[in-house]
This record gives sequence, structure tokens and C-alpha cells, in this order.
Amino acid sequence: MLLDHLPPLLPVVPLLAALLLPPVGAVRRGLVHPLAAGAGAATAILALLALRRVLAEGVIHYHVGGWEPPWGIELVLDHLSAFTAVAVSGVGALALLYAGPAAGAEVRGREASFFGLALLLLASLLGMIVTGDLFNLFVFLEVASISSYALVATGDGRAPLAAFRYIVLGTVGASLYLLGVGHLYLMTGTLNMADLADRLPALASSRVLAVAVGFLVIGLGIKMGLFPLHGWLPDAYTYAPPAVTALIAPIATKAAAYALARILFSVLGVHRALTEVPLMTLLAWAGAVAIVAGGVLAIRQNDLRRLLAYSSVSQMGYIVLGIGLANRPALIGAYLHILNHAMMKGCLFFAAGAAAARLGGPALADLRWMHRRMPLTTACVIVAALSMIGVPPTGGFFSKWYLLVGAVEGGQPVLAGVILVGGLLAAVYMFRVLEHACLVRREEGDHGPAPPSGRSEASPGMLVPLLALGLGILAVGIWNAPIVSGVLRFAAPAGLR
Amino acid sequence: MTELLAYAAARYNYWVYILLMLIGFYAMVAHGNLLKKVIGMNIFQTAIILFFLSTSAKRGGTLPIVGPEALAGGVAPAQLMNPLPHALMLTAIVVMVATLGVALAVLVKIYRRYRSFEEDVILDRL
Amino acid sequence: MGGEVVEAWGPGLALVPSLAAAALIPLSARAPALREAWSLLASVAQAAVVLSMVPGAAAGVVLETTLVELAPGVPLVLRADALGCVFAALASGLWVLTTVYSIGYVRGLHEHAQTRYFFCFALSLFAAVGVAFAGNLLTFFLFYEILTLATYPLVAHKETPAAVQAGRMYLAYTLTAGVALLAATAWLQILVGTVEFRPGGILGEAVPPATLWPLLGLFVLGVGVKAALMPLHSWLPVAMIAPTPVSALLHAVAVVKAGVFGVVRVLGYVVGPELLGGLGAWSAVAWLAAATILAGSLLALAQDNLKRLLAFSTVSQLSYVVLGVALGTPSGVVGGIQHIVNHGVTKITLFFCAGAIYVATGKERVSQLAGIGRRMPVTMGVFAVAALGLAGLPPASGFLSKWYLIRGALEAGQWPFVLVWLASSLLNLAYFLPIIISAFFRRSGEAEGVTEAPATLLVPLVVTGAASVLLGVAPGAFLSLASRAAHDILGGILP
Repeated sequence: MLLDHLPPLLPVVPLLAALLLPPVGAVRRGLVHPLAAGAGAATAILALLALRRVLAEGVIHYHVGGWEPPWGIELVLDHLSAFTAVAVSGVGALALLYAGPAAGAEVRGREASFFGLALLLLASLLGMIVTGDLFNLFVFLEVASISSYALVATGDGRAPLAAFRYIVLGTVGASLYLLGVGHLYLMTGTLNMADLADRLPALASSRVLAVAVGFLVIGLGIKMGLFPLHGWLPDAYTYAPPAVTALIAPIATKAAAYALARILFSVLGVHRALTEVPLMTLLAWAGAVAIVAGGVLAIRQNDLRRLLAYSSVSQMGYIVLGIGLANRPALIGAYLHILNHAMMKGCLFFAAGAAAARLGGPALADLRWMHRRMPLTTACVIVAALSMIGVPPTGGFFSKWYLLVGAVEGGQPVLAGVILVGGLLAAVYMFRVLEHACLVRREEGDHGPAPPSGRSEASPGMLVPLLALGLGILAVGIWNAPIVSGVLRFAAPAGLR
Repeated sequence: MTELLAYAAARYNYWVYILLMLIGFYAMVAHGNLLKKVIGMNIFQTAIILFFLSTSAKRGGTLPIVGPEALAGGVAPAQLMNPLPHALMLTAIVVMVATLGVALAVLVKIYRRYRSFEEDVILDRL
Repeated sequence: MGGEVVEAWGPGLALVPSLAAAALIPLSARAPALREAWSLLASVAQAAVVLSMVPGAAAGVVLETTLVELAPGVPLVLRADALGCVFAALASGLWVLTTVYSIGYVRGLHEHAQTRYFFCFALSLFAAVGVAFAGNLLTFFLFYEILTLATYPLVAHKETPAAVQAGRMYLAYTLTAGVALLAATAWLQILVGTVEFRPGGILGEAVPPATLWPLLGLFVLGVGVKAALMPLHSWLPVAMIAPTPVSALLHAVAVVKAGVFGVVRVLGYVVGPELLGGLGAWSAVAWLAAATILAGSLLALAQDNLKRLLAFSTVSQLSYVVLGVALGTPSGVVGGIQHIVNHGVTKITLFFCAGAIYVATGKERVSQLAGIGRRMPVTMGVFAVAALGLAGLPPASGFLSKWYLIRGALEAGQWPFVLVWLASSLLNLAYFLPIIISAFFRRSGEAEGVTEAPATLLVPLVVTGAASVLLGVAPGAFLSLASRAAHDILGGILP
């Protein structure tokens, strides 16, 4: 039965579609986008099926080629990986749908390679999520990165330069990760996550372990844009084509954050035997610094996409802070924020692309009259902005609520304060956007100027994914309790408070 | 002191890879020439590959190939080198080459536009 | 929350009309008449649903609607208890009149963005009723934040640089307060394991003073900004740049009353009067309120802009409620809760008058109002009655709550607060009397021809003026609701 192979199918379906695209594109270019979007949707459905099966039957272990671990590569679908797979493939599928009408002149004529790269990215991110093997994770991480580099470089203007910077920094990150994996392998002789988790506790006090963990964390920190390792991120998000940013920004950094959580909790078991370095405390504070620094930097931006990029730096800080706090509510908050941030950042970048296409520029000042000309897009922007600030009943509020409860429970009032201040910073930068989009500067006593006649709402192909995310943000907020008690409660490692 | 030196000397493969990594890193950070940055990046990656391979090296070791000689009992299992790091690094080299390819392609695109590999020249021409 | 709790649809149903209107208004953007009809219909429906629950609540039957779970173990629960009904009935009752008034106002001034205006108004009232009926702190916070954000576009409505600036200041104050309230809520969740509102409080004796003080500080900051406690009041006068109906309903009733209502909820249903009195925390809150009463009145004296004057008067009057509840005596609590209603009805009347004057003459300064009473006798007549009512003079209802409040202070043996209230009454007279005198007895050299504002403006202000008098003569339902709420809060420690 095909569904018995769910774990490998998640990366394989988009991968096969990516391989199919060039021949299909050679025959009929018009088929490329429908096929890519269809593959994305199929992947998302498979991820949902996987989640359902995990909820019904428990963790799924899959041995690639029938080789038993630790000799063969193991794929694991548990609550955390299935949940992350749903988040990444769901938002990824919408981004693929959006990319069709959003892809501009830089893609015309090269649709097959563009969407092939996009599907390759999706496939490798899902590979990162389902794999149970550290080296396999490295390979998927790099395939994802390489496709991101290439996608960013498709842009004009400063995009290739941004892509180059991304390549150099990203390669350093991947190399450091590989180095960390090497040290773990030297200590234990295995690369299988579960196997490592069995062997590492005996070595908990080893200094080599601390070095290895340091390499792993810094390597993944670069990949997820953790401040101050975020240098590649603002330029890449700003200068990449809108369709690319809409795909990369919501999901690529999330997979790296997932990998970090997976390694810390499922491999190192930091919650059981902390290494000599107060690693988790450091991580929590690094997250706190990222929240504040990213927020402050975002406030100063006048380009919408750059503002959103720095906001990503800030929001990734929340996820890292939650991982660092390492108690149950905080982890639930961090995992929920993976989904929430993917949705709201997707929504905002979709809207930014649509606004750039309709209103003529990515600068905040270009958004004037947006609420009249693109009312539905503006409504989605408002919902996503409220989620970013953390206003109930949007999803963003609830991830912050769990993080806050986790910080209070962990006896960290300062970190709790940072979580709250981060929301205020988000309010400042998001309301800068909303002021430009929704308020028309007038003079005293002036009820004009007359609005530009006629709407120029985004095309349906862009609007549908945008509205889906806007409604999704509200839905996740309102029904967060079933998600938390049904899925995420089991995603936090057993034995946590 | 001598103990420490002996300890350090016994792990000279570590020192070599750290040195190579630092050279690569220096080239990436300090050079304004994008092509040299790519070369530095390559040195950085190669250092890690060498590190992996060196961990499986053995003095007087032999290939883990089960041939007639091994079957005849001429090779002690302890002499066999661990094949896994080699296999892993084969994959890592593929990844490295792919990264290098993308980096070079991006460089070509940059060069076509700005006619230079020098970072400050490019920034001037933005 | 005291009395018998019955699962019912009522409290949930009360949220439906305003939410439906908020959904329908943007869809009717092209048809002004339809848009206004939705608003009017929703306000009447909401008032009807809320008022239908008043008799039961006064008798001690609490209706409860549990909707989704907000977080595991914390449901979104709405409860129509006596205290909640006071605020909900006040807000939705006045919404009906404000809608009529709004229609006249925006048409009279040809306001732009009327769709947004009515949409945000409906959303604000949705949030206000949610705040009133919230059965736990997380639900309360949810609606409290919606209220903040739904009123922001109304404050910035004019879109002039000053209005945008006022909107920013409004957000800066209220969102920071929201953050404090959220922090307190999370802390409470960890500390007590629940965030439910229970009469008499949920903070048991397990809470040491070292925890209580910062927690109370966060709560006071959280609800004190909307309650305009000094020094957190600065946003309120600035927000007066909003259109007058907004100032009238939101910044004299719904938003600021959500703040004082929050103070009552927190002091009476979270901290509890017992703990409050035991640690002497009440006197900190009480003196803060007393200082606000006097300083607000003094600042009102210095205002020339009529709406700003009314705003400072609001700052002062809101703290009557806070002081009354902080006293923790039966009459003090009854008087405080009564004053939520009495001040709301009276102050909205004054704002309606100010708006009617603005629409009819374009004047908004006190110094320009000489002789206006001759040309707009009805408006200024109602203004006079309401203004004197605020100062505590019959027949308008202010005297009644003030009498209860003063009795509450005497019950507590706190005569300094009696002096505070008396001084405040004198100050009220000092800033209202000159307006009334110059409006009726001084001549202005200006051209004739100005008459009363249109009926859509005049009728609501006459009705609210009459209601204000009626509440003084026959307080009826509201007094029994207030007594019931006081009984709930103080039940545990009444002799």
C-alpha cells in the first residue's frame, strides 16, 4: 500500500515533480505552474495524512531500503516532525500557488527551472524534517540551501550579490554543522539520532561534546538567521524576486529551527543531562537578544520587504527563546510559533509582492491608498500584522502566550519581559506599515483628496493563497487549544515539566 | 610541558584542519575579491573533509575490501580503515561541488552586470 | 460569580449583532443607507439581548456561555453577572442613541471613510460587551485588546498629522497597558493555576506580599491606562481629536469604562477585598484615585477646548469609581458601580451637546460659546442639567452615586476622601458654571441665523439628558444590579 511509505513520500513527491518539470515545460510551458502547484498541494495532503496517522497510531519509523538502523538511514515521523511537515508543506504549497502569477519577468521563459528549484527546496526541507539521521540531515540542509541560493540569484539588480553573500555565509553554516556531526560521530560511532541519544548520556561531561554542540548550534543558527548570524537574511529577502521571498522566508528558516530543536531534544537530550556549558540558558538569551535587535532594526526600515526581513530575525528569536527555555509550555509556544510565523510571514510577503506589482514599489510610501485599491489584501495584512504583534484571537498571540507562561514558569521574569517588549516593537514596525497602507495623510479640515478611482486588487491567483493564510491565522488562533492538546503536547519531549 | 606537546603533536591532524579552516575563513572575510572569497570557502570546506578522512586513517591500515587476501586471513580486522567517513565525504564533496557551481554561476551573473569581482568596485556601481 | 450559574446562550448571543454588523457593513460600502441600517439594527438587537438578561442578573441568576477553549484549561467563557450587566447594558443602551447621533453627525459634516467608521464602531461595541461578560482574565484580555485596536482607526479618523500622532500615542499607551495586563495574567496562571473571575478574588492567602505588590502594580498599569488613572491619563485628552460621537461613546463610556470596569473586576474578582484590605494595598490604590480626582478637575479648569475640558473631567470622574471600589465598603462599592452608569449617561450627554454645537456652528472652544444658549436653548439647557449633575446637584443622577460614595467613605472611617469628593464637586462647578453663565447671559456680536442642530443630533441628546435625570429619580434596575454586584464582591466579608 502506497500510504505505508508516507515518510519517504513526503520528500519524494515534490522531488519527482521537480524532475518532471523540465520535460513537461519543453512540451507546454503553460503546464509547468499547475503541475508545480499540484505537487505542492499533494505534498501538503500527504503531510496531513501523515499527521493523522501519527495521531492515530503513534510514531512511524521507516527504514530506507529495508536497512535496519544504525546501518541504514531511518526516517521518523513523530508528532513534532509531522506537525512541522504540515506547517512547511502547507505554507509551501500556498507559496507555490502564489508564485505562478507573482513570478515576474526574471522568470519568464525559464518557468521549468524556476519551479523545479522551488519544488527541490520544498522536497529537501521535508527531507530535513522526516530524517532520523544527522548526516542525511546535512545533505538535505545543503540541497535546500543550494536551491535557495539559486532561487535568490534569479532576481535582477542586487539579487545576485545578495545570493553570493548568502552562499558564503550559508556554506560556513553548513560546514560548521558538518564539523559538529563529525565530532559526534567520532565520540559514538553512529549518526542515527535515536542511537546517538542512547549513547550520549554516558558522555555528557565530555568537552568534545560541548564543542560539537557549539558547532551544531552555530551552524544551524546561521541557517535560521539567528541574530547576530543573520547577515545574509535581509539582503536575500529584500532583493530576491517577490515569488522567491514568499517561498523562502516563511518556510526555509523554520526547517532549520526544527532541526535545532530535534537535535537538542531528541539527540542530545539536553533536558535530561545538560552539558557542562549552560547551553540552553545561552540559547534563550540569544533568542531574547534577537527579538529586541531584530525588532529595533525593523523599525528603522523604509522598504517593506526589508522591514519584514528584520521582523523575521526578531520572530526567529521567539522560537529560539522557547527552545532555550526548554520547559513544556515554552516548547509548545516555540513549535506553535513555527506554524504561526510561517503563516503570517507568508501572508505579509505575499501581500508585499502583490502590493509591489499593483502599487509600483516596495517602499512604505508606495502603499498609500492601498486600503482602497486592494481592500482584501489590506485586510490580510491587518490580520497578519495583528498576529505579529500578538493580538488575540490571532495565532501569534497564542504562541506568545505559551512562551510567556513558559518564561514565568521557568522563573525568568526578564525573558518574559523581552517576549512582551518584542510584541511592542512589532506593534511599532507593523503599525508603521498599517499607517501607510490604511491612512491617507490629509491636511486639517480636508476631506479629500478623492481616492484613486477603481480597485486594483491582486489577481485571483495571488489573492486565494493570501486569503487562505489570512483566514488560517485566525483559525489557528481560535482553535489553538485542540492543536496544542492534540499534537504539540506530545511534541515536547517526555519527562519535561 | 612535554606531555602537553606530545598530546598536541599526537593530534596534529586536528591542528592542520583548524589551520586550514582559519585560512579559508580569513580569505572569506578579509578579501574584497569575490572570487577569492569562493576560493576561501572551498579551502574551508576541504579542511572539514580532510578532518573527517583523517579520523579513519591508520598507520599501516588497509582498505576494508574483503578480497582473497582477507579471506585467507592475511588482514587483521583492526587494520581495516573505517569506510564510513569516506562514504560520507564522497557525499559531502558532491554537495561542495554543487555549492561551488552555484557560487560560480552567481559570480558570472555578477560579473556580467558589474564587470568586476572587487566588492568595493561593485558597491560603487550599484 | 455569585449566585446560581446557568449555562445559556444569552451572553454569547449578545455578541452576535455587533459582529454581524461588522461583517455586513464593509459589504454594504456602496450603500450608505444600508450601512447605517445595519448599525442601527445591530445596536437595537444588542441592547434588547443585554437588557433581557438584566432582571435575572439582578436576582442573582448568572447566565454563562462557554465557547471554544482559548488554551488548554482556559475556556473562552462569557458570564452575564450583575457587574457585567451594568457595563453591557450601559454600553449597548447608549450605542443605540450614538448610532442615531452618528448618522446625523457624519452626514452633517460629510465625513470621509464612513464605512470604516461604522465598522470600527460595531467592532468596538462587540469588544465592549465581550469585556463586560468575560468570565476569566484571558477572555477579558482578548476583548480588551480588540477594543484597543478597533478604536485606534476612530482616533486617527481625520488622518491629519495631528490625528495620526494622536493615534500613535493612543496605541503606545493602551498597547503597553495590554502588555502589563498580559504579564499579570500569565503570572496569575502560574501562581494560582487559574485566571477565572470569582467573587471575592482568586488570590488566596498563599500569595506573599513580595509577590502581591508587583502583581498588583502590573494589574493597575494594565487596566489603569484605559481608566485614565494619573499619570497614565495623557492619551485621553489627546484622543479627543476623534469625531465627537467617538469621543462621546468610546472615550466617555465604552473604552474608559472598560478600564474602570477592569479595575472593579481585578480588585473585586481577582485580588479580592479581603487581601486588598489586609495588606493595606487598598490605600495605595485609593490615594492614587484621590490624586487623580483632584488633579483631573484642576486641569479641566485650565482647558479652553470644550472636548478637552470634558476629557479632563472624565479623568477625574473615572477615579470616583476606582476610589469607591478601593474603599471596599458596601456603600462605596455600590456607589462606584452606580457611578459607572451615571457618569456614562451624563458625560455622553455633554459630548452630544458639544458635538451638536460643533455641527451647528463649527465652534469647539469654551471662549467662543458666549450667547450660544439663546440660539440653541434646548442643547444648552440639557448641557446645564447634565453639567450640574456631574457636580453632584439634582435632578441629574450624579448626586445619587456621589451620596453613596461619600457614605462609603464614612463607613470606612476615611473622612479625607469625603473632603476629596466635596472639593471635586466645587471644582466641577468652577469649570462648568462659567460656560453655562456665559452661554445664557452674555451677548455675542456674531451674526444671527444659527439654530439648533438637526433632529438626529438633538433627539439623542435630549433622550440621554432625560435618562440622566431618570436615573437620579428612579435608579431602579441599575441600583439593584449594583447592590447585587457589591453583594457578590463583599459577600465573604460582610457581617
